[in-house]
Amino acid sequence: MLDSKIPEGPLAEKWSKHKDNIRLVTPANKRHIDIIVVGTGLAGASAAASLAEMGYNVKSLCFQDSPRRAHSIAAQGGINASKNYQNDGDSVYRLFYDTVKGGDYRSREANVHRLAEVSGSIIDQCVAQGVPFAREYGGLLDNRSFGGVQVSRTFYAKGQTGQQLLLGAYSALSRQISKGKVEMLNRHEMMEVVKIDGKARGIIARNLITGEIERHSAHAVVLCTGGYGNAFYLSTNAMGSNASAVWRAHKKGSYFANPCFTQIHPTCIPVSGHYQSKLTLMSESLRNDGRIWVPKSKSDVEAIRNGSKKAIDLKEDERDYYLERRYPAFGNLVPRDVASRAAKERCDAGYGVNKTGQAVYLDFASAFERYGKTEVLTRGIENATQDQIVDLGREVVKSKYGNLFDMYKQITDDNPYETPMMIYPAVHYTMGGLWVDYNLMTTVPGLFAAGEANFSDHGANRLGASALMQGLADGYFVLPYTIGDYLADDIRTGKIPTDSTEFDEAEKQVKDEISALMNNNGDTPVDDFHRRLGLIMWNKCGMARNEKHLKEAIVEIQELRKEFYAKVRVPGSAYDFNPELEKATRLADFLELGEAMCLDALTRSESCGGHFRDESQTEDGEALRDDENFTFVSAWEYTGTPSEAKLHKEDLVYDNIELKQRSYK
Amino acid sequence: MNITLKVWRQKGPSSVGAMETHQMTEVSGDMSFLEMMDVLNDRLVREGKEPFAFDHDCREGICGTCSMFINGEAHGPGRNVTTCQLHMRSFKDGETIHVEPWRSAAFPIIKDLTVDRSSFDRIIQAGGYVSVNTSGATQDANSIPIPKHDADEAFDSATCIGCGACVATCKNSSAMLFVSAKVSQLSLLPQGKAESNERVLRMVDQMDLEGFGNCTNTGACEVECPKGISLTNIARMNREFLSSNLTSK
Repeated sequence: MLDSKIPEGPLAEKWSKHKDNIRLVTPANKRHIDIIVVGTGLAGASAAASLAEMGYNVKSLCFQDSPRRAHSIAAQGGINASKNYQNDGDSVYRLFYDTVKGGDYRSREANVHRLAEVSGSIIDQCVAQGVPFAREYGGLLDNRSFGGVQVSRTFYAKGQTGQQLLLGAYSALSRQISKGKVEMLNRHEMMEVVKIDGKARGIIARNLITGEIERHSAHAVVLCTGGYGNAFYLSTNAMGSNASAVWRAHKKGSYFANPCFTQIHPTCIPVSGHYQSKLTLMSESLRNDGRIWVPKSKSDVEAIRNGSKKAIDLKEDERDYYLERRYPAFGNLVPRDVASRAAKERCDAGYGVNKTGQAVYLDFASAFERYGKTEVLTRGIENATQDQIVDLGREVVKSKYGNLFDMYKQITDDNPYETPMMIYPAVHYTMGGLWVDYNLMTTVPGLFAAGEANFSDHGANRLGASALMQGLADGYFVLPYTIGDYLADDIRTGKIPTDSTEFDEAEKQVKDEISALMNNNGDTPVDDFHRRLGLIMWNKCGMARNEKHLKEAIVEIQELRKEFYAKVRVPGSAYDFNPELEKATRLADFLELGEAMCLDALTRSESCGGHFRDESQTEDGEALRDDENFTFVSAWEYTGTPSEAKLHKEDLVYDNIELKQRSYK
Repeated sequence: MNITLKVWRQKGPSSVGAMETHQMTEVSGDMSFLEMMDVLNDRLVREGKEPFAFDHDCREGICGTCSMFINGEAHGPGRNVTTCQLHMRSFKDGETIHVEPWRSAAFPIIKDLTVDRSSFDRIIQAGGYVSVNTSGATQDANSIPIPKHDADEAFDSATCIGCGACVATCKNSSAMLFVSAKVSQLSLLPQGKAESNERVLRMVDQMDLEGFGNCTNTGACEVECPKGISLTNIARMNREFLSSNLTSK
């Protein structure tokens, strides 16, 4: 049975009481305990640094050439915290409530409340580390608002908040490396979890430079390896972002929760060609100032597509600001899933504004004018011309989002200061992940998951600026405490030897897998299969899903997997730096995970958050939840074939929030 | 577009390397440079050959992983861009493009275009942090107001992505721009002030130990830096270094 280990007592007291009652490991004993942390993003770097500071011996792995490269670095918009610095009525409860509602009532109340409780400390911590957040002229921290909420609680550092937070965590990690408390293994990939007597006691890793297969033992293993968006091939994830660690943990007994909950981000740069390798996000923060629209008439759409008209030629009344029209209360700041589906709806109806018909406008013209007018007043400029106002407004927008505008121009060769941006939804984040209890432990004792790699906080849809919050909350303030409860039993265990049969078997399995791939007499590169998997996932398990498509997808993925093993060609040697081999082992896992995602999507016949089933919608096309039958977490147990996994249900109990059909109208 | 590529091929750290020539046809201007390299690698694999090993990850110009020396310039001809954000429209039809790895004794080659930049990590480990534990029990974030100008300046220094273009482009293989960016960020903020003397000395020591060269103020690093990190940082670090040396106990 699934035991989420949620502490008793009133919601607001659960975390502090839990911390008071949890078992501790004394400093002297911590020196005898080893912990492996896989991944060095916000969750991994902060967890490794914090655990090392507490006195544990930490081994940290990343597949990149430096821990500073983890993909948290690319997060743009900001990090939420309920500081209420803006005096707009924010509170821990409100952040908790917004997150549960934003997640369409499919997350765990107690975890989300804890997240909201520690959010303020994250900001204090980061400022103390020297993270240069944006400030107002008075020297205090600035905030902005983000989708799905009605307060300003997002702290930011231009459009590079993730970079600054990650470099902060990396600096804390570096400090512990210099003290010898963290052994850092760059360019190492976890290949397998090693279980001894049912507990996670180590991993098998591949040194990506030499190809050597290594054994690492520990008393606990923490996976902070991010999400699995690259199952779609094209996503905003980094090229190396992969699901191998979590998938292999799943195959070793960790249940996988809600794999179908994926987030399609509404504002990304559209696909430009078949050679496309990844998609680039334009931060949600842009929706604070940008207005999304398509033309009202199809003849204008046609004219724009064939180049006889430009976006700026269309008058206000010829534009359909469809988010403002459909959702007057939240307008352009509806949550991501709602905004993405609305863009898809317009494009499917034939109003897409680029050649492929898959793009909408994100327009800053009115922001230029609004900011320009304020600047004219504050600077005391008399009789300013319209051009002057717009220029001043452009300067303000530049100071807020300069790097994003530059990035857009670089990629598209279009100047967004003069013409509206073109955007389209793209895969961005995965709310699903390894099932964990309140202590962040998976169903394999001693195996923990933090950050995007676990499932617990975002339900069926994550709100903007909450991923950074969760990664750092887990790594700095949750896991370092909760892991002690498990490790308290290990103070007399002593070092785990790596010459056991369990390590022998795990290593052999990894070596066999690699040699099978290397010696396969195929002719097709890895990426070819990855692209095809991506297309199946995007077309049949993407923004809208239905029974027929999902059933087809499962069969297609199984066939593709067979073809992959029959035809893939991995050049070079296993005992060398070999990026093609890295891609092959990662894709092997995506080819199974994709099937699991489809099974989960098929089983959950309701719509909720980012999971939209055609069969379950309201009359006006909004997602229709089925609380009576689906207020649970789907936790899947691996049985040998992904689509035959066994379903376990964790019922979600809402004692503090009334379940409502989400409305942003 | 048709492009002639001359790409560096080197089996391992101690092998002898050489340029290898490949013809590329139907190159689209909207392709990123790395996507063009993907197309080449795809072809090589199909032909039963080994693809070129190169470092890359986020492909949106922020992780600092990609590192190609293109036509004699770090990250190629564009300004304020990384290799992954360089698009083929920056080149002319029929052009010959030379692609090499970062070249510096402190960045040994791993394979082909991939180099080892762990020396940068060790410089940060020598002192590129504020010595504060992650307990969360610090003071409230708003208890120290920081003038916006100082915060913005610290931010500009903090945007360094640690790619190593400054080193690759410097005739002395100097890492001064990289080191000074971190020194500046932390010395501009009150949080980092307390240990700024020790920090600059330790980081510079480590930089020398790694085998990076000295700065002779040619300013090439600033020109090639994809994040526009300014030479002012080096001036600030020199000042800090001097005063720390004079006052060190």
